[in-house]
Amino acid sequence: MKKTLYDKLWDEHHIHTYENGYSLIYIDKHLIHEVTSPQAFEGLKHAGRDIWNKNSIMAVPDHNVPTIQRDDGIKDPISKLQVDALNKNCKNNDLLKFDLDDVRQGIVHVVGPEQGILLPGMTVVCGDSHTSTHGALAALAFGIGTSEVEHVLATQCLLQKKSLNMNIKVDGEMSKYFYSKDLALVIISQIGTAGGTGYAIEYTGSAIKNLSMESRMTLCNMTIEAGATTGLVAVDDTTIEYVQNRPYAPKEQNLAEAKKFWKNLISDHGVHYDKTINIDISKSSPMITWGTSPEMAVNVDGKLPDLEDEKFSDKRQDLINAFNYMGLKEKQNVNSIELDKIFIGSCTNSRIEDLRIVADIVKNKKIAKNIKSAIIVPGSGLVKEEAEKEGLDKIFMKSGFEWRSPGCSMCLGMNDDKLSEYERCASTSNRNFEGRQGRLGRTHLVSPATAAAAAIHGHFVDVRDI
Amino acid sequence: MEKFKEVSTVAAYIDRKNIDTDAIIPKQYLKAVTRDGFGDNLFDDWRYLEPGNLGDNHSLRKKNPEFFLNNSKFKGAKILVAGDNFGCGSSREHAVWALMDFGFRVVISSSFADIFYNNCFKNGLLPIKLEQENYIKIIGDIKNKNNILTINLNNQTISSKDIFIKFDIDDRRKEVLVNGIDDISETLKLKNKIIEYENKQSNKTPWVFNEK
Ligand code: SF4
Repeated sequence: MKKTLYDKLWDEHHIHTYENGYSLIYIDKHLIHEVTSPQAFEGLKHAGRDIWNKNSIMAVPDHNVPTIQRDDGIKDPISKLQVDALNKNCKNNDLLKFDLDDVRQGIVHVVGPEQGILLPGMTVVCGDSHTSTHGALAALAFGIGTSEVEHVLATQCLLQKKSLNMNIKVDGEMSKYFYSKDLALVIISQIGTAGGTGYAIEYTGSAIKNLSMESRMTLCNMTIEAGATTGLVAVDDTTIEYVQNRPYAPKEQNLAEAKKFWKNLISDHGVHYDKTINIDISKSSPMITWGTSPEMAVNVDGKLPDLEDEKFSDKRQDLINAFNYMGLKEKQNVNSIELDKIFIGSCTNSRIEDLRIVADIVKNKKIAKNIKSAIIVPGSGLVKEEAEKEGLDKIFMKSGFEWRSPGCSMCLGMNDDKLSEYERCASTSNRNFEGRQGRLGRTHLVSPATAAAAAIHGHFVDVRDI
Repeated sequence: MEKFKEVSTVAAYIDRKNIDTDAIIPKQYLKAVTRDGFGDNLFDDWRYLEPGNLGDNHSLRKKNPEFFLNNSKFKGAKILVAGDNFGCGSSREHAVWALMDFGFRVVISSSFADIFYNNCFKNGLLPIKLEQENYIKIIGDIKNKNNILTINLNNQTISSKDIFIKFDIDDRRKEVLVNGIDDISETLKLKNKIIEYENKQSNKTPWVFNEK
């Protein structure tokens, strides 16, 4: 029988199917951070259970950590308590962890692939919904809650019901300044934030083939915003090229074997998907979200929705709520929206490729006067190091950006990096929910290029025009 | 986990779709290292007029009188009814802990996000997904009449003096709630199968099992 990539990954890790239709699947890698793990370790201890496979775990503090004055340690005592709990749990159990003073520290979803700890064909979980990122490596990766974190710690397995298969086939050539972030927003605005619920999405088509590994990660990262916990891209030369020389990747004989294995991680030709969506990307423009859900997105040259068009739609009230929260009006030009802050970072867009794009746009330009703060937070210490080697940090600082240390930062504002009430931000992160970046803060999700252009002009502009 | 028992209370209703877990429990409360005490901060940004933080005395904060949870007619509600795609966004299980700590035992919606739905069953919270037609019936019943709803999981029914609705739930999920099953103990019954799998795979794909 023909199989999809998802079917293959599932079958490879399948241990048992219960009569009730649930299956036990084996988990190869488990990523851990400070926010969703303490209660799981606590539960494990309480039940007197051991960790099943300590070698499967990689831990890193990221959500809560400061991005400035790192040498002073964590000032917020409550955040410190949580990071200390992570340290203690890792130390007591002898787990691999990248500390704040380790150059390899960073956002969990940037660090895992960067180190070659996550590889094609693996099952990967983390107590974080953006674990979908790692589907870019053709790994079956999804986010779980804290009880499941405990379940994986104790058993190395999870109880799962198999998802349906969805194929999102993207063809056409992507125009300059249209990035995979824009593509993700096109897809989400088309299928909706619940469009992928119950499915594992595989991205196929010529446009996907042409994407770099980092761009694929951006796309898979945003899959959860379309409601699917897993987004996948099949293995090709780009994948193998990316993983093969990473520190924890297999070496020599093992590498040769692994490559043979990886090359089979593709959907069989002509396989049936439960649902297929075709997208032609050749005429697409950069995207900007205007509302409080990632599906509320428009073209950079577009207008906000007209309530008249939604007269009989059950979405009408949502739109009104979003206009109110965002302080915007119907039919407004998206280009007219002025900004207070710029955030470039998060597991969606904080890799070296993203930073190079930003540097290219802001080079020899200054950020607009109305921008109160513009911060760039690299995804990991190694991304930071590479950017500095290329001199990007100088370009950023000369333009007026702040150059920070790695972490989740203003993606969710658990540390000091957040929006104040009613502040408006162009952000390269993944969620524009109410209060996500700070209570009553207003978030617009965009690509790094669009964020960079907005920083220079003080309002949104079509980056293709500058 | 505690076994799920029949619930019979008024139902608190919020007319809103896509309620995300950031809204259910905002980030600043995720710094806690325990599972309890989140109830005071359920829907924090909407429920209070002033910002709050972990460790504050929340009873002193000014409440938003227009927010549904502050409406005295919903006092004591163990049933929450909310719009489509409830629990989307972040995987934080704190959202379920907050709902339960507040006192909810049942959430009714026309659809749920996957991770949230899954998290409910690990904690004894019953999410009931209803077809649009039945969902609208429930809304009518609670909105206009403020009827007491009774949720019986064994029979899979929602009833009030005016309505009687059957709901679907998969057998395994039902069993977990009804008997308060601990998934980890269940899985560990297959310990030998897991070890057998590891032995087989570490020959086939040894690099997956490399020591760090
Ligand atoms: S960067 Fe944002 S989305 Fe990514 S892991 Fe951190 S908080 Fe979650």
